[in-house]
Amino acid sequence: MIRSLRVLLCIAVLVSCAFAQTRLNGAGATFPYPIYSKWFNEYHNQHSDIEINYQSIGSGGGIRQVQAGTVDFGASDGPMTDQQIAESKVKVLHVPTVLGSVVPAYNIPGVSGEVKFTPDALAGIFLGKITKWNDKAITSANPGVNFPDQSITVAHRSDGSGTTYIFTDYLSKVSPDWKNNVGKGTSVKWPVGIGGKGNEGVAGSIRQLPGSIGYIELIYALQNKIPFGSVQNSSKNFIKASLESTTAAAVGVKMPADFRVSITNPPGKDAYPIASFTWLLIPTSPTDATKGKVLKDYLFWMLDKGQTMTQALSYAPLPAQVVEMEKAAITKQVKP
Amino acid sequence: MSDSVDPMNPTEPLGQLPKPATAIPSMAQVSKERKTAASTVLQKIRTSHPRASRIPDSVFAVIILLSAISVFAIVVLVAWELIDKSRLSLHQFGIGFFYGHDWDPVAGSFGAMPFIYGTLVSSFLALLMAVPLSIGVAVYVTEMCPQRLRAIISFLVELLAAIPSVIYGLWGIFVLAPLLREYVEPFLARTLGWTGLFTGPMYGLGMLAAGIIMAIMVVPVIASITREVMTAVPQNQREAVLALGATRWEMIRMGVLRNARIGIVGGVILGLGRALGETMAVTMVIGNRPEIAKSLFAPGYTMASVIANEFTEATGDLYLSALVEIGLALFIVTLIVNALARLLVWSITGGTARVRA
Repeated sequence: MIRSLRVLLCIAVLVSCAFAQTRLNGAGATFPYPIYSKWFNEYHNQHSDIEINYQSIGSGGGIRQVQAGTVDFGASDGPMTDQQIAESKVKVLHVPTVLGSVVPAYNIPGVSGEVKFTPDALAGIFLGKITKWNDKAITSANPGVNFPDQSITVAHRSDGSGTTYIFTDYLSKVSPDWKNNVGKGTSVKWPVGIGGKGNEGVAGSIRQLPGSIGYIELIYALQNKIPFGSVQNSSKNFIKASLESTTAAAVGVKMPADFRVSITNPPGKDAYPIASFTWLLIPTSPTDATKGKVLKDYLFWMLDKGQTMTQALSYAPLPAQVVEMEKAAITKQVKP
Repeated sequence: MSDSVDPMNPTEPLGQLPKPATAIPSMAQVSKERKTAASTVLQKIRTSHPRASRIPDSVFAVIILLSAISVFAIVVLVAWELIDKSRLSLHQFGIGFFYGHDWDPVAGSFGAMPFIYGTLVSSFLALLMAVPLSIGVAVYVTEMCPQRLRAIISFLVELLAAIPSVIYGLWGIFVLAPLLREYVEPFLARTLGWTGLFTGPMYGLGMLAAGIIMAIMVVPVIASITREVMTAVPQNQREAVLALGATRWEMIRMGVLRNARIGIVGGVILGLGRALGETMAVTMVIGNRPEIAKSLFAPGYTMASVIANEFTEATGDLYLSALVEIGLALFIVTLIVNALARLLVWSITGGTARVRA
């Protein structure tokens, strides 16, 4: 008797799960995956009939899937290019969700404090033109620090990543040499250095190799307590990356109507210069109206409640004026 | 078997030659009787296990044939898919893709040579280290090992095969690379630096590290196959060689290794296959730099690694197409290397034996 009741109960639970549930599928960037899964989980807890699945398959995959219309929304660390938008079957709105930044981490024997990097020094190091730690371009910005006469080993990401995109985007803006010879992208042809897989690969190489420098995500550096240097911004101030200085990078930037904007090397005296938005790619005319409605509700929730949860996971929240702009754009552009 | 009387049979009475079959049981008759005996046994099995013979032989033959054909179908499909998806890059770069040195996703210029070189050199290095080691392990386990230790060593070798490659990779970064950088590479540079193979900055990570990691991963494959093959060498071969006055080493060399050589080469080919396709562990330690350097300390790149690294974030049709063409290059290189290995076996055996792997 008890057993059959249990079976009945199980069936009832299963049926109720299958019933009245709207399931959204998304795919894309890996960088914001921790905060996205937290948001989707939290949203499901508050709206038990809605479930949002997200697969962190990479920005490239996210763009391809949303272009083909195989997912309800995509996500990317870099905005879609004009060509990608032209090729896309689905018209999409770029919705910035959080901000991330990239920091230079290093391992210099005998130097324990924070090292200050000018844009020229960073570009020179990654171009392979500055090869020793006691080069004038580095020492002149760090009076009082005693740099060893050691050669520099560059560590970079070997896997295609939004982190590389942000970093090379920054270098392209501050160094014409970099722009002409290397350029920006999720993978580039590195003039020097060895490639490590993922943040952990780069951080591992830095830890292992005396005299090395590499770039990693701020979140990874904070969570793993990896020391990193400050970078000189466009107002000539040396800024150390933090959640505040990352959000500050988005304040002074003139936001275009489609939100496709690069905020590396922005104006603003407190802005950290190697920062970027990460975007959700939302189809403006969803094929399934119910799903479209649910997704729209979720976006508003994300821009209000969601933004308060970012700091716990070391993501920088959006500035208030960007949130307002996004809400207006979503109301206006996304159907229904 | 012949149906007539066996002329070699000395018990056959000569006088009864015209009617031999009826007089005494001939070989044919004996075999016939055996057959009927066997068929009654089969009949018993069939009645007691009615499901055992429900499938007629013809159906069975078709099923087996289909399984065999599926192998061809899979290979052809893979090749076709690779060619189809890399069409854009094939058109753009032509045959030059395979010997081009440039890999610049930003400029849209792609060449596979550094990756082909890295794959071949790292796999060759791995085999160079793994083959002697694996044969040593197999010889010890089959010929010289106390019974109790045998089970332990075999178990440990098979355990090596079960470790996921990402674990090997992490071990490579955090244990092997510092070890190489601090001790092994300086030593090699001092003693063998003149060869030009061990020069330049020592990162720990690089071609040498990749070769060593892969060697460790390949050892269980080659060692366990070699052990099986050597166990299969008949005991009387060993005894015969020993009876001729051979020492233990001569016995192993002439009696065992010589007989097992085809199987050993088969094992090496399987190991090579694993090395060519290995992705994760290699990516983590090879340094991922698409460059052809003479020094083994220098970072390199393999075909499998570049696909794994860049495919997920690749945007742009040409870029994707070039990555698929790298896959095609890997397919072709694997084909050529396997063909060469088979030719090698042929030349060893004088064309009489086939590789069993």
